[in-house]
Amino acid sequence: MKIAVIQFPGSNCDQDCLRGFTDGLHVQAEYLWHKETSISGYDGIVLPGGFSYGDYLRCGAIARFSPIMKSVIQAAKDGMPVLGVCNGFQILCEAGLLPGALIRNRSLHFVCQPVWLKVENTETAFTSELETGQLIRVPVAHGEGAYYADSNVLNELEASGRVVFRYVTQDGKVTSEANPNGSLRNIAGICNEVGNVAGMMPHPDRAWDKKLGSEDGKLIFRSMVKTLESAGRKRTPSVSAARSSSAKATADKLCRPTA
Amino acid sequence: MKVRVIVMPKTSVLDPQGVAIRNALKEVGLEQVENVRAGKMLELDFATPPDQRKLEEVCHDLLSNPVIEDYVIQVTEQK
Repeated sequence: MKIAVIQFPGSNCDQDCLRGFTDGLHVQAEYLWHKETSISGYDGIVLPGGFSYGDYLRCGAIARFSPIMKSVIQAAKDGMPVLGVCNGFQILCEAGLLPGALIRNRSLHFVCQPVWLKVENTETAFTSELETGQLIRVPVAHGEGAYYADSNVLNELEASGRVVFRYVTQDGKVTSEANPNGSLRNIAGICNEVGNVAGMMPHPDRAWDKKLGSEDGKLIFRSMVKTLESAGRKRTPSVSAARSSSAKATADKLCRPTA
Repeated sequence: MKVRVIVMPKTSVLDPQGVAIRNALKEVGLEQVENVRAGKMLELDFATPPDQRKLEEVCHDLLSNPVIEDYVIQVTEQK
């Protein structure tokens, strides 16, 4: 099993993500430069946080057209697990793999702090090791992290269980005080229809060891690894990831169209 | 040929930057201002006029995000 951590110019959490797999879980992971065009040989993809292309135009808007993204989009559609963290989440929304968009924090401040998240969907490739309703402690660090989608999209996401993580208080309440950025309905992370693609603003890559203040983020990486392991047992290891007929993603009508 | 592309947040999207600017305008004495929305303007220079369809396409796919923004294309210089 091998995880690809995509590096864009301006990515700055690539090392944290890579180490989360290599040091945290002893799973092979490698950097993949955005100019590459193939993801063959990899079983899962992480789009790390940072400021790809300096956040010029909009966060993730230019990275979305990087050469590697064609393969990432195709792999996502074929069922490979793809996790976008922070800037990676913004890129997935820009690329039309996830619905909605991340806009300027309501406070206009860059927020950098630990937050509490409630796990709402454990059926994704990134949450199988978590319990529904479990509270986890993971930091956020962003200036443009307010999740926005129109109310039809939000209702559809809620109805289909695609809100994966929500900002909550320490005792699990969804309040505006617990919301660090003004995200609609306190949404911190969402997934696609089949759960092989997810994006989240909080950083599991900054919480995979007790020395970092929390190891809750490790559960997310471990879920991804477990998903790949169980997929690998069913098929030959060379067949990528959670690729099965049921995990095939169809065109997501909630997303902006992919170019 | 010069083309201006004006990208504005949709009215349904909260624009905290616009709110902060409005508050500042009131502070400096423009009390009548009710609402400010902040967008961006891009100026594109062309040696030869671009294909109109392609221009629309890039405005839709790259220069704006239709989930949160609208855009207007203005030709400011024909030659």
